[in-house]
Amino acid sequence: MPGLLDSPLSFSLLLLLAWLAIGLAGLVRPRSLEFAGRQLFIGGALVGLLLAITAVFSIAGPAESMVLPFGLPDLPMHVRRDALSSVFLFLLGSASVGISLFAAGYFRSGEGTLPGVLCLQYHLFLASMGFVLLADDAYAFMVAWETMALSSYFLVTTQHRIPEIRRAGFLYLLIAHVGALGILLAFGVLQGGSWQFTFDAMRAATLPPEWASAAFLLALFGFGAKAGLVPLHVWLPEAHPAAPSPVSALMSGVMLKTALYGVLRVTFDLIGEPVWWWGMVALGIGLFTAIYGVIFAAVQSDMKRLLAYSSIENIGIAFTGVGLSIVFFGVGMNALAALALVAVLYHALNHAFMKSLLFLGTGAVLHATGERNLGHLGGLIHRMPWVAWLTLVGVLAIAGLPPLNGFVSEWLLLQAFLYAHEVPKPFVNMLLPLGAALLVLAAALAGYVMVKFFGIIFLGQPREQALRDAHDAGWLERLGLLWLAGGCVALGLLPAQMVPMLAAVVDALGVNASGIRALRDSWWMLTSMPGRGVSYAPLAFLLAVAAAMLATVLIGRIFYRRRTRFADPWDCGYARTDARMQDTAEGFGQPIRHLFQPFFAMERELPTPFDAAPRYRVVVTDRLWRLLYLPIERIVQRIAAAVSGLQQGRIATYLLYSFVTLIVLLALVL
Amino acid sequence: MSAPPLDLQIINALAALLLLLSFAMLSQRRIVSLVNLLALQGLMLTAATVLLAWRTGETHLYLSALLTFALKVVFLPWMLHRLIRRLEVYWDTEPLINIPGTMLIGVLIVVFAFGLAQPIAELASTATRSALGIAVAVILLAFLMMITRTKAMSQVIGFLSMENGLFFGAMSATHGMPMIVELGIALDILVAMLVLGVFFFQIREQFDSLDLHHLETLKEGD
Repeated sequence: MPGLLDSPLSFSLLLLLAWLAIGLAGLVRPRSLEFAGRQLFIGGALVGLLLAITAVFSIAGPAESMVLPFGLPDLPMHVRRDALSSVFLFLLGSASVGISLFAAGYFRSGEGTLPGVLCLQYHLFLASMGFVLLADDAYAFMVAWETMALSSYFLVTTQHRIPEIRRAGFLYLLIAHVGALGILLAFGVLQGGSWQFTFDAMRAATLPPEWASAAFLLALFGFGAKAGLVPLHVWLPEAHPAAPSPVSALMSGVMLKTALYGVLRVTFDLIGEPVWWWGMVALGIGLFTAIYGVIFAAVQSDMKRLLAYSSIENIGIAFTGVGLSIVFFGVGMNALAALALVAVLYHALNHAFMKSLLFLGTGAVLHATGERNLGHLGGLIHRMPWVAWLTLVGVLAIAGLPPLNGFVSEWLLLQAFLYAHEVPKPFVNMLLPLGAALLVLAAALAGYVMVKFFGIIFLGQPREQALRDAHDAGWLERLGLLWLAGGCVALGLLPAQMVPMLAAVVDALGVNASGIRALRDSWWMLTSMPGRGVSYAPLAFLLAVAAAMLATVLIGRIFYRRRTRFADPWDCGYARTDARMQDTAEGFGQPIRHLFQPFFAMERELPTPFDAAPRYRVVVTDRLWRLLYLPIERIVQRIAAAVSGLQQGRIATYLLYSFVTLIVLLALVL
Repeated sequence: MSAPPLDLQIINALAALLLLLSFAMLSQRRIVSLVNLLALQGLMLTAATVLLAWRTGETHLYLSALLTFALKVVFLPWMLHRLIRRLEVYWDTEPLINIPGTMLIGVLIVVFAFGLAQPIAELASTATRSALGIAVAVILLAFLMMITRTKAMSQVIGFLSMENGLFFGAMSATHGMPMIVELGIALDILVAMLVLGVFFFQIREQFDSLDLHHLETLKEGD
């Protein structure tokens, strides 16, 4: 079809259709792992690559919209591609390349859902996420949003024969629906009395301030449930361990970002004129989420739960940035608002790469050892060098170490924070720098968490005999990991290329980013605020680090050549060490557990000195369960019990209910 | 005021017969007769639709008359008779409210229905608007029948009779619903019948009877 390839929008739609077609093709031979579980996934990765390329080249282009010829009668679906959609489409496409490649080598036969069905659910999930980003009316958005929730629910419950996994899936579905209600209500407010549910109408509508605030808060609640903002985060640590690793990667790396996209879309595009105090709300929740997530991550002993909590932390950081940006924007400090938004988008991209990488790494470990509990792992760097070294890249990135990508976004965000004292509001300008301190705390603790994650799994000695014959990942899995690790490195080394692109997005959102455009001093140097900020040159940093290391090695070689002595790792000079003498995951988390005691509900069982079979047990649970969720559950139970009095079991009675209702309603009309 | 034209009078007479049949169904305890009454009601409906179609010249009414005839006069009664023979339910047990009591409530309902239909009928522009009260009454009477009976079979018949009333109401108020809606409803009824047929067998297999009070044991809790 001529003209179809001219427009990035229609080409993107075509690619989403291709994903759908690949998914449906899985049903042709649903039992064949080779076809549905491998070849089709490679095809899916190719589509992802094309989508990412399309998105990159269309970021700076003008927005374009289209009305699709289908949908409900008289309610066609509207789609629109603008810079914001493009940047998230890029995120979706590029992260999915690595994840799909990995998945092509990951799935084994005989585990839960059939490969063909899995292939359909997986690609439907991808396509629906893409459609969420392109939707331009509330109806299309909600359809895509719910498809996304449902397909991911089925992916989470791949191993549906295990009751715990069904439970985790249900919790996820429940919170997803509560969130969807919030979003639906937000759209209901946004239409502003025009009863037109296209986004164009919402942009045009002018809301009275209190209704605009209501819309923002509803959207924050609704999208926050999907993103995992505290206290709606409880599904993440349950669903991620339950899901197969590529699915966890996709959910954590990409799906959480659709929620971020939603908040940005509603706040900066649909409402258009955010009020500064909304930013304080988002910032407060975001910071709390970040701290909460990282503290809980530190005490986990299940590696996927640990990563789930770390995702909560990163989402918290992103929302902190959104909040900061709204505050700046609300008081008219456009350049700083743009800086914070660029940091948020950058962080979203970074997190998509690094968290997917880590989740896939845990997947490879899980397949090689059958073990998710950190207490049974260790020393895997010798058995699985590929996975270990590639995971190390992700670990360093997420810990926020230069010259990798995690550092860039956190640095940009902190730079924005450092100007927060210029906000012309009393108290706010004193409070915001405190937020910067908390952000740094979260980042530092994230480093701690990652040392624990990598150290316990890959370093030291194997804690179980079975680990000695763990095998490394297959070539497709390696390829997937390599792609994502490469993304982490590229995003870390070339921020000066990325930032102007993101600045275009921010510009398109109506936050004037002309200041940011000058952000790059030169192709290798990044400046936070032109004229007065500090600069960061990742390549120079890398070279300096490499040079220092090289020098150390050389000096060591030259001066201590004769006196080198080899010993077991981490034996601390003891004559004999064994695997049980290593620091455990629980031991690693103990200082955090001690320092941040008020956050946890702990249940401890300590042995007495006279115990013949001493047993030490500690269960750390989320306090919010008891403080928030259990009371809600009790209330619902009570209402349900009251309502169940209506249930007589007699059909005649039920019919009578309808009959009386009908008569009463008719009588009212009369 | 001159008398209305003959065809209108006939339609009104048919409507009155429809109401009469509803009362007959309310008082009938033999299920075989109930089915026959239902078929007769369907026939009245068909006749009324054909007359109306001829009077207004709207072709889609002919089609819906054909549909009504095929479905409500031929197919469903045939299927119900077959079900009755295979399930061997010929009698309903004593209804929950005795029959004279039910008839009295029925009379009250008819009064209510006419009172209700009056303001609506004045808004409608069709010639048959006076029949609207009857349609509402037929619906409510069928509902009443569903409430008072204990056998699943008679409840299904009540359900079908209710649909007759609905159809008649739509026809008299607006000369029928859009074709697509009518087709949809016809399909619904067909599917519902098939599903209910399966249910009957399941219920009987489970409880050795089609009496619905057995279903009370299925209630959750306690």
